[in-house]
Amino acid sequence: MLTDVNMTINGREVSGKVEARTLLVEFIRDHLKLTGTHVGCDTTQCGCCVVHVDGRAVKSCTILALQARGTSVTTIEGLAKPDGSLHPMQEAFREHHGLQCGFCTPGMVMMGIDIARRHPNADEHTVRHELEGNICRCTGYQGIVEAIVDASRTMATAGEKV
Amino acid sequence: MQDFTFHMPAAVADASGLLGSCEDPKLIAGGMTLLPTLKQRLAEPTDLIDLGAIADLKGIRREGEHIVVGAMTCHADVAASELVLSTIPGLAMLAGQIGDPAVRHRGTIGGSCANADPAADYPAGIVGLGATVVTNQREIAGDDFFVGLFETALEPGEIITAMRFPVPKWSHYMKLRHPASGYAVVGVMIVDTGAGVRVAVTGAGPSAFRVTAMEEALSADFSAKAIDAIKVDADGLNADMHASAAYRAHVIGVLAKRAIAARR
Ligand SMILES: Cc1cc2nc3c(=O)[nH]c(=O)nc-3n(C[C@H](O)[C@H](O)[C@H](O)COP(=O)(O)OP(=O)(O)OC[C@H]3O[C@@H](n4cnc5c(N)ncnc54)[C@H](O)[C@@H]3O)c2cc1C
Ligand code: FES
Ligand code: FES
Repeated sequence: MLTDVNMTINGREVSGKVEARTLLVEFIRDHLKLTGTHVGCDTTQCGCCVVHVDGRAVKSCTILALQARGTSVTTIEGLAKPDGSLHPMQEAFREHHGLQCGFCTPGMVMMGIDIARRHPNADEHTVRHELEGNICRCTGYQGIVEAIVDASRTMATAGEKV
Repeated sequence: MQDFTFHMPAAVADASGLLGSCEDPKLIAGGMTLLPTLKQRLAEPTDLIDLGAIADLKGIRREGEHIVVGAMTCHADVAASELVLSTIPGLAMLAGQIGDPAVRHRGTIGGSCANADPAADYPAGIVGLGATVVTNQREIAGDDFFVGLFETALEPGEIITAMRFPVPKWSHYMKLRHPASGYAVVGVMIVDTGAGVRVAVTGAGPSAFRVTAMEEALSADFSAKAIDAIKVDADGLNADMHASAAYRAHVIGVLAKRAIAARR
């Protein structure tokens, strides 16, 4: 049985018909073809699938699309400005070499923004602690942590709201 | 995951009605335990009843000498609540140590307690603080709520609506975190109610329990020294690849003393 679902994704109203069991990440990737959000584990462990639902980081592999009905969702595709200029968090990941293969990166960037919003001017200890639910198999986290620490300053200074 | 029919009632009464009329229904709160269970096909309900749209179940408020936390309040909101931080800091501390930030944004106090995982953190808070579990049918004393492994006093069809915590004089939660899952290998909640001390333990047994010997000693003399000689019996405690029963019994004492040392 298909059920109607509608939500705002990256500022755009979207609607579709889904099976009730459809996960939010499946709706985002398979229905909307926004493949920037990744699935690493499908078991709520790795954080590759992190998106923002009503402004908060959640693992989109562990929420039904129907549970997100009527919400506002932001994915990695929704961060850069239309002219292509990067979000400060993306810019910081580039600057600090916060990625190698890039598989974990969309989730890291989305979680990074969530951390920076909750902890303006976050220190290294806070960032490492807050990254509990995001796994990277390449970088050893050094560059990721530096990027989030740096961007949390930039965002705090700019009074950033995304 | 097997498909199901999804319901999003706007009131507890409607959710309760659906529980009665659907073939094999299940409530879903944050889904942090239930969705992984469904993915593994360990449960195959015909209907999911989402509590997420019921406004009455969310939020934290003060009622006299009690703090009432709605069943659908997520861990992050408890951890960051000014009200909880200023009245029951031990509870905020506990909620802030559950899982990771994304899990804390979805997982709820009602779902965590209904699930009654032996390694979950909240049971130590409910038992330690002497909370009352409020359901759509009655009130259950926290001491009577956790019955066994993944087993609670809830009857089929019963819905937790809120947790009511008496404001204590002092409270603190210490946890030996499993390095991969984040769950409590052992978690200890110590509470000075003003009328006595309560010590509740999670992670170590099939369900949360109190250590009465420590409570008596600490009620007479609130110091680490007072419980130095008290040995928790390892008999009946959990033993698995992560920790033996004897190790868990020992860690209860270690964490209790660290919690006591944190009181200024
Ligand atoms: C990666 C990860 C790490 C985690 N780490 C920890 C940790 O360190 N410590 C910890 O304690 N927990 C941890 N959890 C579990 C988390 O705290 C969940 O919030 C909790 O187990 C279930 O809450 P939920 O709201 O998601 O409930 P759900 O998964 O939606 O529901 C769980 C069960 O409770 C029932 N239920 C839900 N709400 C009610 C209600 N109001 N009344 C009656 N029944 C109800 C449901 O029918 C279901 O059977 C972790 C989870 C994940 C995925
Ligand atoms: S894919 Fe969601 S946490 Fe790994
Ligand atoms: S950059 Fe490869 S997994 Fe993180």
